[in-house]
Amino acid sequence: MDSRDELLELLRENARYSTAELARLADMEEAHVEEVIADLEAAGALRGYQAIVDWDELDRERVRAMVELNVTLDRETSYGDIADRIAKFPEVTALRLMSGDYDFLMEVEGDSMSEVSWFISEKVAPIPEITQTVTHYVMDAYKENGIEFGDGEEDDRLSISP
Amino acid sequence: MTIEPSERVKQVPPSGIRRFFELAEQQEDIISLGVGEPDFSAPWSAREAAIASLEAGKTSYTANRGKLELREHIAADVEQRYDLDYDPEEEVLVTTGVSEGVDLALRAIVDPGDTVAVAQPAYVSYEPGVIFSGGDPLAVATRREDEFKLTRAVLEASGAAGADALVMNYPNNPTGATMTEAELGEVAAFARENDLVVLSDEVYSELSYEHEHTSIATLPDMRERTIVFNGFSKAYAMTGLRLGYAMGPPEVIKAMNRIHQYTMLSAPTTPQYAAIEALERCADDVAEMYNQYNRRRRFVLSRFEEMGVDCFPASGAFYAFPESPWDDSEAFAEALLESEGVAVVPGTAFGDGGSGHLRVSYATGLSDLKEALARFESFLS
Repeated sequence: MDSRDELLELLRENARYSTAELARLADMEEAHVEEVIADLEAAGALRGYQAIVDWDELDRERVRAMVELNVTLDRETSYGDIADRIAKFPEVTALRLMSGDYDFLMEVEGDSMSEVSWFISEKVAPIPEITQTVTHYVMDAYKENGIEFGDGEEDDRLSISP
Repeated sequence: MTIEPSERVKQVPPSGIRRFFELAEQQEDIISLGVGEPDFSAPWSAREAAIASLEAGKTSYTANRGKLELREHIAADVEQRYDLDYDPEEEVLVTTGVSEGVDLALRAIVDPGDTVAVAQPAYVSYEPGVIFSGGDPLAVATRREDEFKLTRAVLEASGAAGADALVMNYPNNPTGATMTEAELGEVAAFARENDLVVLSDEVYSELSYEHEHTSIATLPDMRERTIVFNGFSKAYAMTGLRLGYAMGPPEVIKAMNRIHQYTMLSAPTTPQYAAIEALERCADDVAEMYNQYNRRRRFVLSRFEEMGVDCFPASGAFYAFPESPWDDSEAFAEALLESEGVAVVPGTAFGDGGSGHLRVSYATGLSDLKEALARFESFLS
């Protein structure tokens, strides 16, 4: 693995590693670590660093929905044009073009079901190119971005072994 | 009456690790860097294959030597990785962990009065295995200045020229030392000159970070005098499933199987299914664990360097073997445990050559490693 891939893997594992820690783990100079990361950011490859939150543990309601969107295209309007318009809404946390029965899969997040429903019906559905929306509310999350939300496996190894 | 243990058993002291284990067990909330097994679980698809085999009712014995399908996979795997060429029908024996394999080999080749040289520091079971088989162990202490590699000089100095067999383990537990092909060449030449059988425990072969692993059996004229041991415990995180294998010339495998068929009959069946799956489909899991260990290794070595603790650049397994900051490594390990709640194993537990050192296992998550080494550092000051 080259140093760029190594750093990407480490950051994807834990974006909070400090430069010093990254340097130790990847066996690189700190300055080199900073340089590689700066290059990746400048190239638009590293787009951000975010926390993965299990809201259930905070007794705070976060409502999320996956919304299937069907659209019609014409000579002047491409998928990209429609996506740009939808992605600008801060309520939209992810937007992907899909193969199969529908065109876009949009993830929406809000504080309540009524807020999310309102957003979909009042802001997204009326967009002229959108012909149909099918909304699926998320009931529970078990794993997000590679992180399992269970209690984890207990370390039942002997504390000392040969 | 009381049943007296045999002289042979009395000759073997209880493992030095045991006392430390009891000390550690008495203390709450310790971080242990004393564990000699992976902190990962076996790859899910291997576990799943074991479950499926149970569901399908595969609970009978297998062939004495292990399922032929597994032996064929093993032979293909070691050929591809290490250029080892063994016939799955006659030259591979599936055992209940490498420990059983080493025990079988010693019992199969050692006669009373035979001398078996054991490179040390070493995994704790070789010397007792020699004694249980009726032989006399001869310690060959490797040295810090050789980075705990086995050299002609230490073999000669210890009198190994007069031995009948040599037990060695690279990548090494407890030191984390590895040996390159050229370095093994020196040992191989010594073995040929002095007509030694070599028992090479290569269970950590997948965890060599600075160079490709070489099996001593692949060196010229070594195949005929070498028994190679490997297994699934370390690379595939399957320690508790107890599955290893031995490879060697047909006559020695046949002799080992003679003992195995009367004592073990066959290695446990369920793990054999897990092992087939592991060899077929778990290369990515192994690579991922390897990367994790390697990062932790770099972390640990650079932290010791920062603390000014002398630690040679361990290049294999999942151990670092720093010099104990106090001459008495047992006293240091005990004090570290008591005052900081960090467990490491004193080098003396691994025989001659281990004294004055500590085995620090990095088969522990990075956050615990960081915390443990921070406590180690604060204990020093």
